[in-house]
Amino acid sequence: MTATNLLQIDKLSKSFAENQVLKSIDLSVAAGEVVSVIGPSGSGKTTLLRCVNFLEVYDGGSIQIDGREVGYVDTSSRKRRGEVDLAGMRAETGMVFQSFNLFPHLTAEQNVMLGLRRVRKKPLKEAREIAQHWLSRVGLSHKADALPSELSGGQQQRVGIARAVAMDPKILLLDEITSALDPELVNEVLDVVRQLAVDGMTMLMVTHEIAFARDASHRIVFMADGLVSAQGKPDDLMAEVATNERLRNFLSRFSATAH
Amino acid sequence: MDAIIYSLPFLMNGLGVTLLVSAIVVALSLVIGVLLGIGLIYGPWPLRWLIRLLSDCIRGIPILVLIFVVYYGLPPLGLNLSSFWAAVLALTVFKSAHVIEYVRGAVTSIPRGQMEAGMAIGLIFPQRLRYVILPQAMRRFLPPWLNGVTDAVKGSALVSLLGVVDLMQAINQVIGRTYEPLPLYVLGALMYFAINYSLSTLSKVLERRYSYIRE
Repeated sequence: MTATNLLQIDKLSKSFAENQVLKSIDLSVAAGEVVSVIGPSGSGKTTLLRCVNFLEVYDGGSIQIDGREVGYVDTSSRKRRGEVDLAGMRAETGMVFQSFNLFPHLTAEQNVMLGLRRVRKKPLKEAREIAQHWLSRVGLSHKADALPSELSGGQQQRVGIARAVAMDPKILLLDEITSALDPELVNEVLDVVRQLAVDGMTMLMVTHEIAFARDASHRIVFMADGLVSAQGKPDDLMAEVATNERLRNFLSRFSATAH
Repeated sequence: MDAIIYSLPFLMNGLGVTLLVSAIVVALSLVIGVLLGIGLIYGPWPLRWLIRLLSDCIRGIPILVLIFVVYYGLPPLGLNLSSFWAAVLALTVFKSAHVIEYVRGAVTSIPRGQMEAGMAIGLIFPQRLRYVILPQAMRRFLPPWLNGVTDAVKGSALVSLLGVVDLMQAINQVIGRTYEPLPLYVLGALMYFAINYSLSTLSKVLERRYSYIRE
């Protein structure tokens, strides 16, 4: 792969005790690209995503964002980056969680502002303007002063997205962001993601929404058993069903919703 | 009865000492307990092990024994404390061990995702503690801690055993002069109760202030 990739993952491996979750993952994401990762549970999708902002410490291989190694000072020595250095890198990587993980003691606006104030060191007025801008982008201007406990799941997740993108990250990581939502709330969240894709936000998302992955991503990566089993443009990947049995088995479970 | 009224200033002095001992113990044990509590959760393993050992040992000793151990144990080590400070030290050590456990309980009850969300927006560890974890832990820390504060006030009566003239000791001395134990003990009980009732009223206000589920 060329150096133009924003995210470059090579031979990534990761084990939890005896269980090797990621065997040897090669994956790249170009700037402005939207890549979806699909696959059966236990295939390592979420672990892969969490390695990208070093919420999981990986064992082997390399992850680079904009040419900088994630988590380690360099690939060969495997010397861990210091806390400040690591935090600086994480600030460049937005993450939206399956279970929202909003800060329950802060209002929607304060949730978005915390990183702007304490990491980006923005003055109060500017931080508030940015927060208001993003809350309005996710359709929640009127809920700026609401606590997470006063919001629906869909609204909480939209605040979660606003909190991540307000930091102006190079890449946005979305970890099964609609899995914890009631079905009728899924679309309001996916619409926001669709808009971000249109705006050119680089995104890597783990999702079970196959139909959404098909029409919103430039490329779909199918993972199985800690390996990339197949990848390609959505239509090309779907065409691989004929030759890839695992993919066929996986997708057959979604056939009712995928079309 | 007159004798009791004449002894009131003396009793008030004792009350002052009780409040002073309680305040020092509560303040010191709060600082020490919070720092060691955070060390117990996030520190490197030798530190965690050491704090765990200390906390378990101290909480396993009756406070009365601890007071005498400190009082008689320090001079041979070349540390000569007045009985006031020996008592304060023993009570502080004892309370700190409990505060460590309140902190541990409160902080570990915060879901892991909170720390991760703090990491994801690029907060460094002390910022994650200050802006994410501790404000949330505060809500769960306050009720047991405030309960512990009233325990500290009551427990401070033990300093009288080292001859410190706190409220308890003052009462005993007045009884020694007047031979009227019952009214004096009742008066003492009312004074302790007044302190602790004010504290528990204050604690309700504080707990409401830190409950971020709006009512």
